[in-house]
Amino acid sequence: MIIHPLLLIVATPLAGALLIALSAGKPTQRETVTLVTAGLLFWQVLRLLAHSLGGGTVSPVELAVMPGVPLALSVEPLGLIFALVASGLWIVNSVYSIGYMRGNNEAHQTRFYVCFGLAISFAMGIALADNLFTLFLFYEALTLSTYPLVTHKGGAEAREAGRVYLGILMSTSIGFLLLAIVWTWQATGRMDFTPGGILAGHVDEPEVGLLLFLFMYGIGKAALMPIHRWLPAAMVAPTPVSALLHAVAVVKAGVFSVVKVIVYIFGLDLLNASPSADWLLYAAGATILIASLIALKQDNLKRRLAYSTISQLSYVILAAAILAPLSVAGAALHIAAHAVGKITLFFAAGSIYTAAHKTQVSQLDGIGRRMPWTMGAFAIGALSMVGVPPTAGFLSKWFMLSGAWATEQWVAVGVIVLSTLLNAAYFLPIVYAAFFRAPPPDDAHHPPHGEAPWPIVAALTTTAGLTVLLFLFPRPVLDLALALVGATP
Amino acid sequence: MSIETLSGALLAHGNYWIVIGLMMTGLYVVIDRGNLVKKIIGLNIFQTSVFMLYISMGKIDGGTAPILDQALGRTYSNPLPHVLILTAIVVGVATTALGLALVVRIKEAYGTIEEDEILAIEHGEDDR
Amino acid sequence: MSQLLKVAEAAAHGVTESATHTAQHAAHAATPSLSLLGDNLPALAIVVPLLAAPLVALMIRPALAWSLAALAGLTTLAVTGGLLARVLDSGPIVYAVGGWAGPWGIEYRIDTLSAGMLVLVAGIGAVSLLYARASVAREIPPARASLFYSLMLLCLTGLLGMCISGDVFNVFVFLEISSLSSYALIGLGSTRRAFTAAFNYLILGTIGATFYVIGIGLLYMMTGSLNMADLATLVPAQMDTTTVQMAIAFLAVGLSLKAALFPLHLWLPNAYAYAPSVVTAFLAATATKVSIYVLVRFVFTVFGGTGLLVLEGPLGLSAGTLICVLALAGVVVASLSAIYQEDAKRLLAYSSVAQVGYMLLGVGLASPAGLSAGLIHVFNHALIKFALFLAVGAVVWRTGSAHMAALAGAGKRMPWTMAAFVIAGLSLIGVPGTVGFVSKWMLLQAALAQQLWLVAGLILFTSLLAVVYVWKMIEAAYFRPVPEGGPEIAEAPLSLRLPLWLVALACIYFGLDASGPVGIAETATRTLLEGGA
Repeated sequence: MIIHPLLLIVATPLAGALLIALSAGKPTQRETVTLVTAGLLFWQVLRLLAHSLGGGTVSPVELAVMPGVPLALSVEPLGLIFALVASGLWIVNSVYSIGYMRGNNEAHQTRFYVCFGLAISFAMGIALADNLFTLFLFYEALTLSTYPLVTHKGGAEAREAGRVYLGILMSTSIGFLLLAIVWTWQATGRMDFTPGGILAGHVDEPEVGLLLFLFMYGIGKAALMPIHRWLPAAMVAPTPVSALLHAVAVVKAGVFSVVKVIVYIFGLDLLNASPSADWLLYAAGATILIASLIALKQDNLKRRLAYSTISQLSYVILAAAILAPLSVAGAALHIAAHAVGKITLFFAAGSIYTAAHKTQVSQLDGIGRRMPWTMGAFAIGALSMVGVPPTAGFLSKWFMLSGAWATEQWVAVGVIVLSTLLNAAYFLPIVYAAFFRAPPPDDAHHPPHGEAPWPIVAALTTTAGLTVLLFLFPRPVLDLALALVGATP
Repeated sequence: MSIETLSGALLAHGNYWIVIGLMMTGLYVVIDRGNLVKKIIGLNIFQTSVFMLYISMGKIDGGTAPILDQALGRTYSNPLPHVLILTAIVVGVATTALGLALVVRIKEAYGTIEEDEILAIEHGEDDR
Repeated sequence: MSQLLKVAEAAAHGVTESATHTAQHAAHAATPSLSLLGDNLPALAIVVPLLAAPLVALMIRPALAWSLAALAGLTTLAVTGGLLARVLDSGPIVYAVGGWAGPWGIEYRIDTLSAGMLVLVAGIGAVSLLYARASVAREIPPARASLFYSLMLLCLTGLLGMCISGDVFNVFVFLEISSLSSYALIGLGSTRRAFTAAFNYLILGTIGATFYVIGIGLLYMMTGSLNMADLATLVPAQMDTTTVQMAIAFLAVGLSLKAALFPLHLWLPNAYAYAPSVVTAFLAATATKVSIYVLVRFVFTVFGGTGLLVLEGPLGLSAGTLICVLALAGVVVASLSAIYQEDAKRLLAYSSVAQVGYMLLGVGLASPAGLSAGLIHVFNHALIKFALFLAVGAVVWRTGSAHMAALAGAGKRMPWTMAAFVIAGLSLIGVPGTVGFVSKWMLLQAALAQQLWLVAGLILFTSLLAVVYVWKMIEAAYFRPVPEGGPEIAEAPLSLRLPLWLVALACIYFGLDASGPVGIAETATRTLLEGGA
C-alpha cells in the first residue's frame, strides 16, 4: 500500500507519538523514537521541497467529511517554508529536550514527548492545509495538544496559565475564526486556498474589513494585541515547549494562517481596493511598538522573550498588511528568520535555567564568562531580532522595508525603524551585561556553574549557526517566498 | 350577552365545560398541593377529564351502542374513542400504581410525604 | 392494552395476513420477493424486546437475565439495521399491524428518518445493555437485577415504538410504555433522591403525555383519523379552526415537556443526576431525542411543515420564531447553569437541556438546512452524551460518586476512561474532527443562510460556555490532587471501557466521515418537507 506523501508527512509524527506512548517508562527508547521520527519527518519535507523547487507537483489528497467540506492537503510555497522550519527545528529541539528534561528531572516525560509529537503532526497539517476547514481542524487540534504541555508542571499556577491559554485561543477561534470561515463559505460556496483569493466579487465594502477583523482576531495564535496574553501565560511551560512551540510551531502557525488568509482567501488586490481593511496595518504596528515597550520592562527573561515574540509576530502581520508583493515575501521569510533566531534565544534561556537556575534578566551579570557558548548564541539571536547583518533577521526586515518604501507606506516604515531601536534597547543590554559586567562572587545564592549539558549547548549552537547560514544562503527559502507572491526570483 | 344565550352556549357544549373544569381542578391540585398522594389524586382527576373528553366526543345524537346486527340504517355511537380510552385508563392505572409505589418509598426514605418537608431535608443535605 | 396485543399478534400472523409493501416509486415497482422474516421486520423490531422483557424478568440469576437482555438488544439492533438498509435501498415501508390496513388499523410507517432513529435507539440500547452488566452489579441489588433488565427492554420497546408507529394514538401508548419504565428505572437509583426525582418526573411526564392525548383527541375530533399519513391529507382543510390550533398548542407543550425544551426542562436534571448510571446514559442518549422526533413528525408530516412554522401567531411571532427564541434561551440558561454544577451527572444533564435547544433551533429555523442540522445533532449529540455518561458511570463504578471531588485524580488513575471522556467532551464543545463540529457547522450554515447573525453569535457564544463546563470537569480530573487516604482507585473494568471506547471512537469517526449520517438527515429532511410520509 502506498500512502500519499502528504498524508505520510502528517502521519509520521502521529505514529511517532503512538510509539512514544508505547515506550512509557523506557527513557532511551522514548528519546530514540523521537529523534528517529523527527529525522524521518525532516527528510520527507526536504524531499518534498526538492521536488517542488525542481518544478514538480504533488497531487492534493482529499477526504470528504461533509458534502462540500473535504479534509484536504496540498503543497504550496508558504506551507513548505513553515513545514521546513517546524520539522527541521523539531530535530534540534528534540536533542535540546533530552538535555533539558533530564537535566531538570521533569516528571511525565512520556506525556511530554507524546504531546510534542502530536503538536508537530498538527503543525504539519496546518502547513499543508488546502482549505479553511482543514486549517481550522488542525489549528484547534494544535491548541488542544499543546495544552498538556503548557500545564506540564501541574498545580495552581499551571492550571491558571492553562485557562488563559485555552480560554483566549479557543474563544477567539470558535467565536471569530469559525464564524469567518462559515461566512466565507456562505458568501462564496468554497473555502479552498486559491492564488489571488476567492472573496473578490462576493463580499463588498465595508464587510471586507469586518471579515478581515474576524479572521485576524480569530487567529489568536498570531497574538495580535489585545489577544496576546496567552503567550506570556504559556511561559510556565518547560523551556523546550516555549522554544519550539511558542517561538516556532504554534505562533508561526498563527502568522502563517494570517498570511495564508490574506494571500489566498482575500487576495492582495481585493484588500488593496478595500479601505475598510486598512486598520490591520495600524493594529499590527501598534502591537509591534506596545509589545516592545512592555518587553523593555520585563525582568523575567522568558517573559521578555515572549513579548518580543508578540512584537515579531506582528512584523509578519504588518508585512502582509502592507500588501506589496515584496513585503509579503518578507513576511514569509520572517517566519523562517524569526523562528531560528527566537528558538536560539529560548534555548539560551533554558540553558541558563538548567545550569545556573536563573530566570531574571537582572541576574545575568557576567554569565557570559561562565557560559560562553550559550551567551554567544544568545547574542547572535538577539542581533537577528534587531535585524543586524550577518543574521537572518536583516534579510526579512530588508524585504519588508523595500515593500513599504516602494508603496510609500510611511507609517509602516516608521514603525519598522522605531521598533528596531526598541528591539536593540531590550536585547543588547542583556548581551552587554553578560559579557562585560563583573559576575557576582560565588556564594550560597550564586553557586559556581559552567555550561549546560552538551545536548543543550549543541542545540543552541546549531540554531545560532542556522541564523547566520540563513543570511548567507537564503536561496531556497527566498525562492519559496517569492514564488508565494508570484514574483520570479 | 343575555342569560339565555349564555346558558344555551353552556348547555350546548356542556361536556366541554365539565371537561375543562375537571382539567383545571386536576392541574391545580397537582401544582398546589404539597402532599404527594394528593398530587397523584390531582393527576388522576386531570387524566379523567381527558377520558371524558374522548368518550363524550364519540357520542352521536340518537346513536346506540355500536353492536353490529343485521338491521341496517341504525346510528351508532363512535366506538373508537371508547377503545382508545380503555387503553388510556390502563395506562392511567399503571401510572397511579407506580406513583403510589414511589410515594411509599419516599415515605420510607424521608419519613414524610409533604413536598416542603422533603425539600427542606434535601436542602439541608446540600448545605452540609 | 389492546394496541399492544395487536402488535404481538402481528408476529404470530403469517405472510398471508400481514401486508407489507414498499411505497413504490415507479422505478422500484418490481414486486419485492421478501421472506417471511424479512416481511415482518417492522413488527420484529418491537416484538423482540417486548417479548424478551417478561422472559428476562423470569430469570432469577442476574447473569442469565443479562445475557438474554443483551441478546435481545443485539437482535433488535440487527433488525433495525436491516430495516434501515431496506429503506435506503427501496424507499419507505408501510406495515399494517395484524393485517389491519390503515387508516383504521395501526400502521408502522418507516421512512429514512424513522429508520435512522430506530437504528440509533436500538444501537444505544444494545451498547447500554452490554455496559450494564458490571454497572448494574455494582448499583442494583442482585435480587432486582432481572427486573432492571426487563424494564430496560420495555423502555427500549417504547422508544422504538414511538419511532416506528404511524398512528398517533399508538405513539401515545409507546410513549407511556417508555415513560413508565423510565420512571421506575430512575427510581432504582442508589440514593433516596432518586425517588423524589422519579416522582417529579412521573408527575411532569404524565402531564406532558396527557397534553399529548388532548392534542390528538382534538385532532381526531376534527378529522376522524389517527393515522399520520391520513391526518396529513385531512388537517390542511381544518388548519384555520380554533380546535386544530388548540390541538397544535397542546401537542407542542406536551411533547416539549417530554423533550425537555426550556422552560419545560425542570424534571430532567434531577432525573439524570440520581438515576443509575447506565439508565442515565441510555435515557440521555435516547429519550429526549425520540420526543423531538415525534415533534418533528407532527410539525412536518402531520401539519405540513414549514407552513405551520411561519404561521403568524399571537404577538406577531411565528411558531418557528417562538421555537428559536425558546431554544436559544434554553441553550444560554442551561449552559450557564451547567457551569455552576458540582456534580458531573447534573452538569451533563443541564448540558443536555442546552443541546436539546440546538436541535429545536434547527427545527425552528424552518429551512431545509436548519432541519438537517437539527436532525444531525439528534444523532451526534446522542453519541456524545452517551459516551460522556458512560465515562462518568465508570467513575461512579469506582468511586461511588459523580461529584467533582470524586473525579479528583481520575485522570491519573483511570487514564483510559478519562481519555474517552475528553474525546467526548471535545465533541460536546464542537472541536473540528468530532461529531459535535459537524452539527455546529451545519447549524451555523443554516443560521447564516438566513442572515441570522444574532443566532449564529449565540451558537458560538454557547459553544464557549461548553468549553467552560467541559473544562471544569477536565480540570477536576487532571489537576485536583488524588485525595489522601481515600480508597485505592484503579481503572474501570474492561466491560465498561469497551462500550465506552466504542462510542468515543464513533464520536471521532462520524466527525471525520459524516457523509453517512448527513446523507440520512438530508434525505429525511427532503421527505419531511415534501409533506406526507
